Amino acid sequence: MISSDVPAPLIVDPARRIFGLETEFGLHLDTTASRPVTPEEVAGHLFHSVVQWGRSSNVFLANGSRLYIDVGAHPEYATAECDSLSQLIALDKAGERVVQNLVPGGEERLRAAGIDGTIHLYKNNTDSAGNSYGCHENYLVRRRADFKAFAAQLLPFLVTRQIVTGAGCITRTPSGAHFSFSPRADHMWEGMSSATTRSRPMINTRDEPHANAELYRRMHIIVGDSTMAEPTTLVKVGATDLILRLMEARVVMPGLTLAREMQAIRDVAHDLSGAATVELADGRRLSAVDIQQAYLDLVRAHVGSVIDPSEEVDAILDLWQRGVDAVRTGNYSLVDTELDWAIKHKIVSRYRERLGCSLDDPRLARLELAFHDVSEEHGLFYRLQSQGLVRRIVNDDTITTAVTTPPATTRAHLRGTFVRAALDSGRDFTVDWVHLKITGNESRTVLLKDPFRHVDERVDDLLAALAQTGAEARGVGDRR
Amino acid sequence: MPQTHATSEPYDDEGPEPTPPPAQAATTDALDALLDEIDGSLQVNAEQFVRSFVQKGGQ
Repeated sequence: MISSDVPAPLIVDPARRIFGLETEFGLHLDTTASRPVTPEEVAGHLFHSVVQWGRSSNVFLANGSRLYIDVGAHPEYATAECDSLSQLIALDKAGERVVQNLVPGGEERLRAAGIDGTIHLYKNNTDSAGNSYGCHENYLVRRRADFKAFAAQLLPFLVTRQIVTGAGCITRTPSGAHFSFSPRADHMWEGMSSATTRSRPMINTRDEPHANAELYRRMHIIVGDSTMAEPTTLVKVGATDLILRLMEARVVMPGLTLAREMQAIRDVAHDLSGAATVELADGRRLSAVDIQQAYLDLVRAHVGSVIDPSEEVDAILDLWQRGVDAVRTGNYSLVDTELDWAIKHKIVSRYRERLGCSLDDPRLARLELAFHDVSEEHGLFYRLQSQGLVRRIVNDDTITTAVTTPPATTRAHLRGTFVRAALDSGRDFTVDWVHLKITGNESRTVLLKDPFRHVDERVDDLLAALAQTGAEARGVGDRR
Repeated sequence: MPQTHATSEPYDDEGPEPTPPPAQAATTDALDALLDEIDGSLQVNAEQFVRSFVQKGGQ
């Protein structure tokens, strides 16, 4: 039975947006085992406990987020719907803990299978053979007829924002190695498309809003790097949100359409000075610094009108400006406790000086992996952070809460509450982004089309049914 | 059905509260001290370690 009394969509303030981040983690077994162990086998052991409680390796958690094994045996975590940036950062960090918490059980299962080894999970975007995997950003936008033209306005911004939001990496070439802004840039093949693995676009235009399709679309950006530092995630998502707000208010964007986006994104990635110019469709040549400054100035000019002033907006603009300034002046200390590429550049440079080696030395590649290791105990990023060398946006208590608690003011609240209640009741259930379903006898489904709705009588009825089952199972209910 | 393993583990809360960017000299010392700590483990079979991390591409 599907409830037909779907409530009317909520009227929401245009400044409110639903955000989500999807992270594919690199999975690495460090072992001396004599036989080869495939990533699929490691992923299977890692997710054994998930399958035990969720009966699948594709589950939704009590914090409303999704955990699964994606293409290529990558553990993937997709945050629940968030409606603030600090909440998104907390949910994203909670995901690192969720996957890392699977490691001891996975290693134990491997040992039982005769394989001694250590599992490492990396929040990065490339393996040692040059395969790439992503961090996908989702922004709910109001539907309009000209979506492709709308989305295309973002491309010059997305091509160049890596000078602020890139993860930084050592790029190895036959003629030597150099430091680049973005490991993801070299893996992009077109501006916009509905495909992902076959042809990697910067914006995936597949029309899958996970919401009322008459009202909303999802801006699905897959060009970004996975980011470790909380301030980097803040400016990555925050600056993109501010640009989208202007676009949704029909503010005219700077006319910066690029002549060749794929060439441009590579040229920008490999030029740490930010001065290399890219060709515009109108024949002009501008640097990544110029283009980012143009978008930043446009946003700043609309704070107080389209964009309500707030401390968070100030923080985003401040870090964005310092990131651009750091690249323009070469003074990376402006941002080297906040932006991933600068933090990484600092530690790679320092270690290289100590070793007196060239940039393509494998010990520096080892250092890079350690930086992205999400283990709070062993990962280099977390050791830097605990030494106060990386600035925080949210505190540890907030992240701890986010591991088990969904955002309170979005659909995630309904989903997370349902998942917890269903697990407690022992009833079979299935969940996706827009459905909650109790399966088996007397199956019941609720369709949740409004991602802003966090109170729903139909879900209250489902929860009551689950509570009844739970009470009966414990033998304390009304057995009639 | 047991509750999720992923969400029931205690967490060792030892990270700092949000802090302002540290001064340059302090940064230098802390960074060198950290590199001293991890240098040994990073050097062991670094090349083999890195090379063994290969996965298929994702999205």
